[in-house]
Amino acid sequence: MTAAIEFRGVSRIYGEVRAVDDVSFSVEPGEFFAMLGPSGSGKTTCLRLVAGFDTPDRGQVLLDGADVSSTPPFDRNVNTVFQDYALFPHMTVLQNVGYGPRVRGVGAAERDKHAREMLDLVQLGAQGERRPAQLSGGQRQRVALARALINRPKVLLLDEPLGALDLKLREEMQIELKSLQKQLGITFVYVTHDQGEALSMADRVAVFNKGRIEQLAAPRELYLQPATAFVARFVGSANVAEAALAQQLGAPAPFAIRAENIDVLDAAAVAPAGVATAPGTVVAVQFHGAASRWQVTLDAGGTWSALVSEEESRRLNGLAVGTRVQLAWPRDAAVPLQG
Amino acid sequence: MRAASTFFWRRPHWYLALLLVPPLLWFGTVYLGSLFALLAQSFYRIDDFTAQIVREPTLATYKQLVTQPANIDIVLRTVTMAIAVTIACAVIALPIATYMARYATGRVKAFFYVGVMLPMWTSYLVKVYAWRQLLAKEGIIAWVFGKLGLSGVLDTLLATPGVGGPSLSSSYIGMFLVFVYMWLPFMILPMAAALERVPGSLLQASADLGAKPAQTFRNVVLPLAIPGIAAGSVFTFSLTLGDYIIPSVVGAPGYFIGMMVYTQQGLAGNIPLAAAFSVVPIVLIFVYLSIAKRFGAFDAL
Repeated sequence: MTAAIEFRGVSRIYGEVRAVDDVSFSVEPGEFFAMLGPSGSGKTTCLRLVAGFDTPDRGQVLLDGADVSSTPPFDRNVNTVFQDYALFPHMTVLQNVGYGPRVRGVGAAERDKHAREMLDLVQLGAQGERRPAQLSGGQRQRVALARALINRPKVLLLDEPLGALDLKLREEMQIELKSLQKQLGITFVYVTHDQGEALSMADRVAVFNKGRIEQLAAPRELYLQPATAFVARFVGSANVAEAALAQQLGAPAPFAIRAENIDVLDAAAVAPAGVATAPGTVVAVQFHGAASRWQVTLDAGGTWSALVSEEESRRLNGLAVGTRVQLAWPRDAAVPLQG
Repeated sequence: MRAASTFFWRRPHWYLALLLVPPLLWFGTVYLGSLFALLAQSFYRIDDFTAQIVREPTLATYKQLVTQPANIDIVLRTVTMAIAVTIACAVIALPIATYMARYATGRVKAFFYVGVMLPMWTSYLVKVYAWRQLLAKEGIIAWVFGKLGLSGVLDTLLATPGVGGPSLSSSYIGMFLVFVYMWLPFMILPMAAALERVPGSLLQASADLGAKPAQTFRNVVLPLAIPGIAAGSVFTFSLTLGDYIIPSVVGAPGYFIGMMVYTQQGLAGNIPLAAAFSVVPIVLIFVYLSIAKRFGAFDAL
């Protein structure tokens, strides 16, 4: 099967900055593909390269097997939902949604009919005559979605589409987007800096850092088996022992250990076999409801966090900030990292 | 001091009143009041025998304005020139403003903004008289045409009935050129300001949905520039309607509204007719704005 999108050794350089540095990957048809990374990691540049707003300095971008590296956006069968929605302020909602067919020469009656169907699909059937300025953020988001889907693109690009919405609406839209994608069978490429969003929606996630892909894997694998220290920190908020710290803790290689796998023990407690320990001092305790996050500075260096259940926290209550403790974790829960 | 601050903090309306009353008084009396006083003059008339102003409300002056063919000619001549100047300014300004607002960055952008405004920093009269020299029969423009072997083209242009004349400096074509030069900044700046406010993502979205560059220009850029074009055209249109110096220094001898106002209030001492003439541009601008509004020029505001 031909990949919906393929990057072959793609680089994009702005002056001295390698925004995208020799990146290769492919996206399967019908896949929900997330590009995750902090700002400036190259994920948005990759999206722009797919949309055609930017051209690679090296390498090729292929859509459906065809090299489109220098094809302008209006000749690509790809549509975009923009971060700021980019709705045309001088057009009604219906005219916005019907814009794609309009510039492709579809007659007024037919495109209005089609636009109304798209508005029904995103549950905005009654809002067609309004202006974008009269809509709420969530409604604008849906209009942008309907406008991008009306051309029946092979690939839909979404650039931080939920960034401007509040938490509750964002969660609703996540579920809705996912089911819409299943229903339409369109390839989604979803750019986000929110690892929760990427993990909960995507089939596969590419984690970007400094213009390169650090790891490309399914969400579960990314969380349970991070390949690098960056992925372990960014995706799982895991504690990372770099080479020097790992050596002091008696581990052969750098490793990551997630907060929920760490227990807090009294300084004098003796750990059972198969459990590694590290002494340290409590610097903060943050209450999060079902669990509390204990921040502990290790004697060997670095500050780690341990997720402690509410029950356990009550037992440890005497150990306030400044107390000496031990962090303890099963050796087999530690995930070895590359370099 | 502290007590006063507390007083105004607790009573924001008082604070607002304190700030607004002086400028509003100025605006109401000097700005609008004097204008209405002038307009009121247009409803008086001048006694033909005594040349005294008769201070009783009458429409006789307006009747004189609209029934005398010479006056109608002046209005039509001025309006035609104003429309031509406005269209020419809009056509020249659009590509420049688009470049300034959407493509130029850093020093190039600063250069363009300063360059557009630079002519406005020097004396208006100097520029008008300089243009008369440039356009004269022996002036540099005629000389360039001659050197390029295009004197015939210039002669044909000047032979055009209605707008031609013995030289550029004594033809309506010359006057038109000077008007366009003078008012161009007033078109470019509002247009560039309107285009600056168009987010780049709108143009990307248009291309993304399949629009070729010409379609994006027509469907997105132009409609969003229209409030700027409308604002700029109000400037160029009203400045041309009211000007009396350019028509008296450059161009054919026919009267323009501004010259008529100047003559009537000065030598002729006919303040009512001068006032009536100054109502004409106001009415025309209102008509123009309501047409522009009907066509949706301000919808994107």
